[in-house]
Amino acid sequence: MYPSRFRYEAPRSVDEAIGLLHAGGDYAKVLAGGQSLIPLMKLRFASPDLLVDINDLPGLGYHRADPDGTLRIGALCRHADLEASELLKATQPTMAAAAPVIADPIVRNRGTLVGSLCHADPQGDWASVVLSLGGSVVAQGPEGRRVIPLKDFVLGPFENALAPDEIAVEAIIPPAKGTRAGGYLKLERRVGDFATVGVAVAIETSNGTVTSAGIALTGVGGATIAATEAAQALTGNPLTAQSVGEAARLAAEAARPRTDHRGSAAYKRHMVATFVERILGRTEQKAA
Amino acid sequence: MTMVYEDHGDEAAAGQDIPVRRIRFTINGAKKIAEVEPRLLLSHLIRRGVGLTGTHMGCDTTNCGACTVLVDGAAVKSCTMLAVQADGHAIETVEGLAAASELHPLQEGFKQEHGLQCGFCTPGMMMSAKALLARNPDPTEDEVRWALSGNLCRCTGYQNIVKSVLWAAAKLRGESQ
Amino acid sequence: MTRQAVDEIKIGGIGASRKRVEDDRFIRGKGNYTDDIVLPGMLHMEILRSPLAHARIRSIDTSKAWDIPGVHLVLTGEMMASRNLAWMPTLSYDTQAVLATDKVRFQGQEVACVIADDPYIAKDACEAIDVDYEPLPVIVSPAQALAEGAPLIRDDKENQPDNVIYHWAVGDKDGTDRAFEQADLISKLELHYPRSHPSPIECCGSIADFNRATSKLTVYMTTQAPHIIRAAVAMVAELPEHMIRIVSPDIGGGFGNKVPVYPGYVCSILASILLERPVKWIEDKSGNLISTGFARDVYLQGEMALRKDGKILAVRMHTDADHGAFFSDAQPSKFKIGLMHSAFAAYDIPVAHLTARGAYTNKAPGGVAYRCSFRVTEAMFFQERMIQAAASDLGMDQAEFRRMNFVSDDDFPHRTPFGFLTDSGQYAKCLDVGLKAIGYENFRTQQAEARANGRLLGLGISTMTEPLGAGNSREFDILGIKMFDSAELKVHMTGKAILRTGAKSQGQGHETTWAQIVAHELGIPAQDVVVEEGDTDTAPFGMGTYASRSTPVAGAAVAMVSRKIKAKARKLAAHLLEVSEEDIDWELGRFYVRSAPDRGVTIQECAMAAYSNMPDGMEPGLENTAYYDPPNLTWPFAVYIVTVEVDPVTGVWDVLNMVAVDDCGVRINPMIVEGQIMGGLTEAYAMANMQFITFDADGNCVGANYMDYLLPSAWETPGFELHSEVVTPCPHHPLGAKGIGECAAVGGPAAFVNAVMDAISGTGVRNIDMPLLPDRVWDAITSRRDVSGAPPVRTDE
Repeated sequence: MYPSRFRYEAPRSVDEAIGLLHAGGDYAKVLAGGQSLIPLMKLRFASPDLLVDINDLPGLGYHRADPDGTLRIGALCRHADLEASELLKATQPTMAAAAPVIADPIVRNRGTLVGSLCHADPQGDWASVVLSLGGSVVAQGPEGRRVIPLKDFVLGPFENALAPDEIAVEAIIPPAKGTRAGGYLKLERRVGDFATVGVAVAIETSNGTVTSAGIALTGVGGATIAATEAAQALTGNPLTAQSVGEAARLAAEAARPRTDHRGSAAYKRHMVATFVERILGRTEQKAA
Repeated sequence: MTMVYEDHGDEAAAGQDIPVRRIRFTINGAKKIAEVEPRLLLSHLIRRGVGLTGTHMGCDTTNCGACTVLVDGAAVKSCTMLAVQADGHAIETVEGLAAASELHPLQEGFKQEHGLQCGFCTPGMMMSAKALLARNPDPTEDEVRWALSGNLCRCTGYQNIVKSVLWAAAKLRGESQ
Repeated sequence: MTRQAVDEIKIGGIGASRKRVEDDRFIRGKGNYTDDIVLPGMLHMEILRSPLAHARIRSIDTSKAWDIPGVHLVLTGEMMASRNLAWMPTLSYDTQAVLATDKVRFQGQEVACVIADDPYIAKDACEAIDVDYEPLPVIVSPAQALAEGAPLIRDDKENQPDNVIYHWAVGDKDGTDRAFEQADLISKLELHYPRSHPSPIECCGSIADFNRATSKLTVYMTTQAPHIIRAAVAMVAELPEHMIRIVSPDIGGGFGNKVPVYPGYVCSILASILLERPVKWIEDKSGNLISTGFARDVYLQGEMALRKDGKILAVRMHTDADHGAFFSDAQPSKFKIGLMHSAFAAYDIPVAHLTARGAYTNKAPGGVAYRCSFRVTEAMFFQERMIQAAASDLGMDQAEFRRMNFVSDDDFPHRTPFGFLTDSGQYAKCLDVGLKAIGYENFRTQQAEARANGRLLGLGISTMTEPLGAGNSREFDILGIKMFDSAELKVHMTGKAILRTGAKSQGQGHETTWAQIVAHELGIPAQDVVVEEGDTDTAPFGMGTYASRSTPVAGAAVAMVSRKIKAKARKLAAHLLEVSEEDIDWELGRFYVRSAPDRGVTIQECAMAAYSNMPDGMEPGLENTAYYDPPNLTWPFAVYIVTVEVDPVTGVWDVLNMVAVDDCGVRINPMIVEGQIMGGLTEAYAMANMQFITFDADGNCVGANYMDYLLPSAWETPGFELHSEVVTPCPHHPLGAKGIGECAAVGGPAAFVNAVMDAISGTGVRNIDMPLLPDRVWDAITSRRDVSGAPPVRTDE
């Protein structure tokens, strides 16, 4: 319950933060919400030498849509802000479905979406959501900014593509060309439990045809899984029982679940398929 | 007054590289200064530093919510925040609920509706409920249960806790009991 | 002017839903829990635990720990052994390691501890201790433990050739065998009640304070039984009993977790003696879940002999209990498997036989805990699951099968097939109330319609009666100490009073309800009676609060001491009224002259007289003590009915309604009784739905923190409809009250399981062992096979 010793800095600007990370040595971590990092430190599964606390950096708490529809989420935008967001409810069905089921209501007051992506926990919900939407992370370092698509951002469990002296300052969701639909379903036994299975589905339709689709899976493999073939099975067609069924089947195939005390591998695959069908079934109903 | 600490000898003093930070914060409206190690948890600052033991610690994985306080009005699990992060911020704990001579309606509600048995989860429950009622003065039963889903209780089965919060909400809205 | 009699409800007597006295400090955050206490010069202790489940200790190197500034003491098993403290006796006549010496025998076992300026430094020092382990083969089930050639876990014990702890049997084997031969149908069921943990939110802890100047040891600690602890410390630490003071302050939930003596307590005591400073040990939740007294983990093979019209002819049960590495159950010594043989007490069955076996495994010690009433949770769960299966096998209605086999109202006291004597009950009436409340007939119609539309609704019934109030000195003792309880009442000259008992509330509200008993007996308003418990220097000797024994035993003692006070007050009244005692009558709070009722004295006036106007020859003062040896146990009865809907695609089940009909005799404080029932129902729901501890083949514990050991939140927990219409007083209790604290945890789980089984009865599945996780329900539905045992731990696929 007691973290080991570390040095602590609370910079006032992004450049100062980058400078501290640059000078910080081998094992420095950025502290934003802290709702994943501090628990790990208390169990001594993580023992950084230096914590760079970015909570005082100004102007990073936003989430907003650009005129072209790009959604930008600042590094200090909390899960609770997204849960309460009218913008998300109106324009981002997959995200709006996920925000309320991240952790529990108190943790949501501190935890951040960007921090969750950086933490790269295979059980993390936001990674699936952002992956299904084709989102990216904006990293800022001594050399400037770069945009990293999420599929390239998460390298493995708890491993991201940031350089040691880079900070993730923003997440980006590209604008929709068609009408957005989709959702996020998570099987948890209790609020705050890790997902037994989580499925993010994000589609865009135009004149009754699915013009783009993304499906990503939580908790059914060593990392967030992009069910690309399943998504492709939807694209270019109208949403029908057949196409949905095919997508569900392919998504279940893409899953690599292990049997554990949360459920058997067979069950988890079954739930992946079920969730794809239920999310798209609702979409069908709404569209009809 | 001067505070006295254990002296473990010259070598120990030289070898220790404990960076201590000075922080300033308010707690229940009172202004405080403290010098803390970065690794000190906020819950320990409150319980051992300030000496307010109404905020309890029940787990080590950020699940139980017994340690819930308000930081700048938002519910926070104080075991999952560092004391140094309180610098410049306002903390509210259960001890700050009651005015000089009057209980807060939440406190009254918990007593009227038997919302506590052992009392250990109660301060955290009330602080979460306070944050709920500040943003939603007329919650439904479901909304209360949802807002409290980060606070675990072993004794009551939650039904009376929900009633307690609804009792308090009615009183805060000026409705007679 | 007509005098009005004192209104018992107004003065907070029996039946008043008096608001709780305890609340005043808890709602202000002014509780006084063990971790809130700070003593001058206090140091902090952390424990180093074994990562392995079974391993020889080759060496322990503590040198780096000693070097850390702020460390005052590092204790190892070797150091404890040199003081004869490496092992301690358990409450079940076994021994338990305080700090491991030769081997570690479960993951999480205490290996060393560090005492330092603060717990952060103590933790740093623990991390700096090097332990060299040599892994040994691990045993994680009774089946493994009892197998031929299994490695010996307790090689520290003499005369322990294998991993068997006990064999035990009760009942009539021959009679049972004969009855089975006559049966038209035999219904069989095998069950596993999974390992669980009481897990109150507050963890265990102690502050040991040895004062060299006075030679007195004071220990503030989380204990439900301070006097038992004082006796245990006197034995283990070889300190004189009168120089030991155990103080149990406010406790954040007990549920049986805070009865045993844990190594942390012993280490903190020794550390304080060696350092001559107070030493505080507060465990973390992981330590609590992985090492302190777990609950359940029992396997059942059950058989019921049935006549074709539904009459139960006999029951046969065999249980295998997984006790972990040390036999440390806190239970009456005579009963190796607790009161498992209370099973079927509410059913009129002529003959039964129970055999029980206990095994050592490489897991934490325990078994008797978690609102279990000494294994009655297991007994009633097994019973109601067997009853459900039997009704199903017979093709009979669940309610009618129970009804026709109930003990009838006029058959009390009733001798059960295992030899208990139940006291009173109206079982059929409780069932009627429950069935009406849940809308039984209507539900069956709805269920059929829903099934036609592919929806699975289910209804589950569970009943329980249990022996509460251990217990009579002929039958019950813990380590030879009889299980009576006590109350001391001192009435001051102004008629206010202080009451102390040998019980120890952990949320049950004794400070509120014991005063209500005094109000009932003496007419002193409850608010004029302050209640204290938990300090062995001041409290009369008692055996503590667990197994729902306090209202039956300590509560009875409160009534008895009040009556002793009343008897003396009557003499004082006679003296004040200048009549003889035979001419005096009593109404609540007042003695009066029978022939001239307006002439009377209040109890307060009697109190004043006890200090200022005594009759010749009377000892002054109005104070007394009573010790109550209960003549028998009290047997509350309950019917719990749950309706659920099961999603056939996902296996997720939701509770539609939950009805509880509890008959616990006279209710002292109805509000508090209902609170106990709701808490128990929630724990029942938790066990049925999501809460369990399991182990992989290497003995790694899954469920040693709140991420894996799931307690339901307000969001998952259903609402409850409670019924109190049926009140059958206990004929032998001074107030007619019975125990209640654990009933819902005892009877509840089977109601949920039976409901889910009813919902999926179309599949032919007879059993899913708890927890009924969605994947297990789905597995049962799709494979149409029973799901037995604990959920498996990770396997690679």
